[in-house]
Amino acid sequence: MFAFIFRRILQAVVVMLVISLAVFAIKNQFGDPVRDLVGERVTPEERAQIAEKMGLNDPFFTQYGRFVRDAVTKGDLGRSFLYNKPNTEVIIAHAPATIELVFGTALIIIVISLPLGIYCALWPRRLLSRFTMSFSTLGVSMPVFLTAILLIYLFAVHWQVLPSYGRGKTVDLFGMGYWHTGLLTIDGIRHLILPCVSLSTLMLPLFIRLIRSEMMEVMETEYIKYAWAKGLSPARVWLVHAFKNTLLPVITVFGVQIGIMFAFTLLTELVFQWPGMGFMFLEAVNRADLSLLIAYMVVVAALFVFVNTVVDILYGFINPTVRITGSK
Amino acid sequence: MKKLQQFKESYFLYSFKRDKVAISSFVVLAIFLILAITAPWISPMDPYDAASIDLMDSEIPPMWMEDGSSQFPLGTDNMGRDMLSTMFYGLRTSIIIGVGAVAIQGFIGVVLGLMAGYMGKKTDAIIMRIADIQFSFPYLMMAILMSAIFQVVFGLGSFERLAVPLLTIIIGLSNWPMFARTIRASVIGEKNKEYVEAARVIGLPKWSIMFRHILPNSLTSVMVISTIQVANAVMSEAALSFLGLGMPVSRPSLGSLIRAGQEFFFSGSWWITVFPGLWLVLFVLVINLLGDWLRDVLNPKLYKG
Repeated sequence: MFAFIFRRILQAVVVMLVISLAVFAIKNQFGDPVRDLVGERVTPEERAQIAEKMGLNDPFFTQYGRFVRDAVTKGDLGRSFLYNKPNTEVIIAHAPATIELVFGTALIIIVISLPLGIYCALWPRRLLSRFTMSFSTLGVSMPVFLTAILLIYLFAVHWQVLPSYGRGKTVDLFGMGYWHTGLLTIDGIRHLILPCVSLSTLMLPLFIRLIRSEMMEVMETEYIKYAWAKGLSPARVWLVHAFKNTLLPVITVFGVQIGIMFAFTLLTELVFQWPGMGFMFLEAVNRADLSLLIAYMVVVAALFVFVNTVVDILYGFINPTVRITGSK
Repeated sequence: MKKLQQFKESYFLYSFKRDKVAISSFVVLAIFLILAITAPWISPMDPYDAASIDLMDSEIPPMWMEDGSSQFPLGTDNMGRDMLSTMFYGLRTSIIIGVGAVAIQGFIGVVLGLMAGYMGKKTDAIIMRIADIQFSFPYLMMAILMSAIFQVVFGLGSFERLAVPLLTIIIGLSNWPMFARTIRASVIGEKNKEYVEAARVIGLPKWSIMFRHILPNSLTSVMVISTIQVANAVMSEAALSFLGLGMPVSRPSLGSLIRAGQEFFFSGSWWITVFPGLWLVLFVLVINLLGDWLRDVLNPKLYKG
């Protein structure tokens, strides 16, 4: 087990090094750190001086080493030209909005897909089940941004019951100025509803189908038959015996899908003008802020590598075969 | 002739004829394809031709509404282009990018998957490790980051000029591991069968065994994922274009049309967004339905849910 964890972490580190090397090569080739720091109104001589002082004339790998060292020890990922602030600060300021969006969506998915999935598995022939299943094919074919636009039209323009853009009123969490949350005010939650619902339409079909098929498979097993034979109540068989055992694959997929959802937040954030990381990223693209773009990529890559490593290790604890095949 | 006869008696055709959903999806898809191919001839106007566009015609509603005109059956967009024509052309662009991207994905995935499955050992370990790593990043994220970098580094101008081939390559590169994994799995199942051993005994070269003997027997799974992947690629293209990282608004694809219409939607010109949107949803829906059906017929073992 220890060897497995060690190998998995080592692999994560190697992946991060490769990604950072690729990303740094782009930054080194096309970026302009002098402009990021002092803007464009400097004479060529001053530029050359600053460049020398920043070590921009050093060999490639010296600079790369410095990039990695700064990033790891100081969390320094360069400066944003657009915000005139260190990139790390900009990203941290925008992260809470995105995290709350993902959190709200995950909540909606759990609350809706669990009961519906179980229902569809237990009574596959009933009207609601069939309706859910055909609706889920439609849901997969519906692009998130279209759902979002239609939701805004219905709820914000036509009926005018929910706000259409922004985060609404936020409060400072822990009083440190880092985390402004919209989860604690009614206005903030009202602003969260539409973005979260439109984002969840993407994943709901997948989870309902997954829970349904896993549950149906479990219902066919011997131990369920035995549980019926013992005369247990239906609720106990369904929920304690069957449902518990469908959860493992569902949780694994959930971990992966949260990452995918993160990519789709870009679309929702654009439609709802949601001031999160995706919106910041698109702004950086529009204004050609390469430095911020690179920093964003590093952070996103680190996030994915971290989540995947943790999921794999956890899975190694739960399911021994992963460990064995991994070690050869 | 014999092939045709074989096809007529096959289980494939039999189950197709019995499935109403499959037949109707196939018909709709065929209509879509014909429309896309013949777009330059059947469109009432050419949306690329600046001379035929009149800004005075902008935001005309569909013809059954008040102020609508029969010249523009589905109305016009904010630049005065006929919606119907832009939708035909948009569909064409989306299909070109989608199919091209899947061809690239398929080519990379099949070659690498065959190599990994057949050669095994080190080759397998290296290729599949790379595939695993890329698989752990969502493909949409990969595509978004790649086009963002390209746009920032080479400027918006060259991006817009090269948009079609570039998007095809980007979407193609972002999603090949899916193919590699599937092919590898079926190659590993095939490679110890007698016919492969026979080919090896005759002394055929490795490449010829891989491509002419094993590959044809692993193609069913490729077919199943290809259909679904075309739908995914069209969706990715739409998403990228909607983010402003794909097709420019001046050259319509379904995603960029929705993007263009979004700001006019809330001020009442709903048709600029809704028609391309429905168009896209319908197109992706029939591909998905066909893909589901193909999966059930060709690979009952894969079937889940």
